[in-house]
Amino acid sequence: MKTARLSVNAGEVRRQFPFFQPHPEMRSVIYLDNAATTQKPYTVIEAVSNFWAHHNATVHRGGHGVGAKASELYEAARTRVAQFLNAREPNEIVFTRGTTEAINLVATAWGEAFVQAGDEIIVTELEHHANLLPWMRLAEKQQATLKVWRITDDGRLNLDDLRELLTERTRLVAVSHISNVLGGVNPVAEICHLAHAAGALCLVDAAQSIAHMRVDVQRIECDFLMFSGHKAYGPTGIGALYAKREHLEAMPPYHVGGGMVQTVRWERVRWAEPPMKFEAGTPPIGEAIGLHAALDFIDSIGREAIESYEHELTQYALRRLQETPGVRLYGPVPDRTGIFAFTLEDIHPHDIATVLDTRDIAVRAGLHCAHPLSERLGGPTVRASLALYNDTDHIDALIEALHHTRQVFGYAG
Amino acid sequence: MLDELYQAIILDHYRQPRGRGELEPPKITQEGFNPSCGDEVIIDLRVEDGRITDVRFHGHGCSISQASASMMTEAVRGKTLAEAHALIQQATALVKGELDGDFETLGDIVALAGVRYFPVRVKCATLAWHTLEEALKQVE
Repeated sequence: MKTARLSVNAGEVRRQFPFFQPHPEMRSVIYLDNAATTQKPYTVIEAVSNFWAHHNATVHRGGHGVGAKASELYEAARTRVAQFLNAREPNEIVFTRGTTEAINLVATAWGEAFVQAGDEIIVTELEHHANLLPWMRLAEKQQATLKVWRITDDGRLNLDDLRELLTERTRLVAVSHISNVLGGVNPVAEICHLAHAAGALCLVDAAQSIAHMRVDVQRIECDFLMFSGHKAYGPTGIGALYAKREHLEAMPPYHVGGGMVQTVRWERVRWAEPPMKFEAGTPPIGEAIGLHAALDFIDSIGREAIESYEHELTQYALRRLQETPGVRLYGPVPDRTGIFAFTLEDIHPHDIATVLDTRDIAVRAGLHCAHPLSERLGGPTVRASLALYNDTDHIDALIEALHHTRQVFGYAG
Repeated sequence: MLDELYQAIILDHYRQPRGRGELEPPKITQEGFNPSCGDEVIIDLRVEDGRITDVRFHGHGCSISQASASMMTEAVRGKTLAEAHALIQQATALVKGELDGDFETLGDIVALAGVRYFPVRVKCATLAWHTLEEALKQVE
């Protein structure tokens, strides 16, 4: 690997994270579970802490300056998300607790209003339960049909298969931008184009792409897109839904309560304009401000630099994994990102993860909240997933620990 | 620490499980499943006059869950329901590091003591025992 070509210095990046600093009571960990959640830089922790310490008040309510400042910070976070996604305007951004809540919001508010009996929804075989169960439930509730877009044997989505599935009854295609298990990048712009040509809408789950590549909603031309802050160096409990303005206006509210109405009379309720219409109750204000700091952190490194660095690291990891005896790697080889699902000999993935844990290497093992996909792959897998603070030393440590795991379980050499 | 978890006796039960299989009816069947990792243990029991006369398991999962199930079948075969309940208590306390006093009566199960150093693996070791507990509820 030609380190000189890399535009990110992972060691420098780690210095911006308290998690990677030496601690007298804790062992340092090689963190390879970034698809589950990323670590947080000082700037994010300080932004959240600063809000709780000095600006805490609820938004859009108080008759005081503190509340005005909190509202200003919260709305600045919305504007930042809109800019980050290249939305047309901040009003196309609804804050949610995360990706899961955003998809549930669309499935409930849009789905129950616009999906009728006999209509069809297409989901892919790759989906995380968050982008699967809301559609299964909606289909059941509305007596609609859920159609599954199967993957190819090498873990890709074939656009010709989608062409076969789309009909005039298709209302929505729901697809992940990057699979949380296989790491493949799906051609979401082409998928949205095909969906629109058939008269359907297109929803993109960007949970796994948001921190690793440029996500541009106008280029993708999606109708809905969502992500979670905590997978993008931000806090838990905050995420965002992007939806085209026309959809947000046509959709009825999701949760109802404080802050999402204009007037309430016994005989008639008038909802607030979007995005407030979809933000009932006191929102996660400190978390939204933390998300703002997280997006600033990502842009301080540069999204093109991150993508190019992680691509190089991914190619290195691919090569090292492929040359390790007994490793079976799943997913497509081209067009993939740094998420690696694999098995080692016939050692159970949980046993592998435990051995790696004793070497202070953190990975995930199991079904990855994607039971149908795991079943297709033949069972549980180990998943190692990269972020921009990882480097080739981490990959080398992983490979070394996999050799050690083979020895623990009695495989020669 | 790793040596304590993956003792030879555990790997032996994993590779050559005792009591693996299914019983012919009449029997009591209970399925146990761990949704986060996919470990599955299905227990078949035959109970006559308040005594477990035969027990088998099948399923799939990690070495700890399958070895624990294998040890469980050896330990409870021929035991009264009261004795089986006592073993469930002891085995689950053992893997959580909460067992006081005498381990000697536990036989091979003692090998599961190393699990206490690996909190995320406790549920693997207890799966067979919790499943047995549910099976015994069907009897009672």
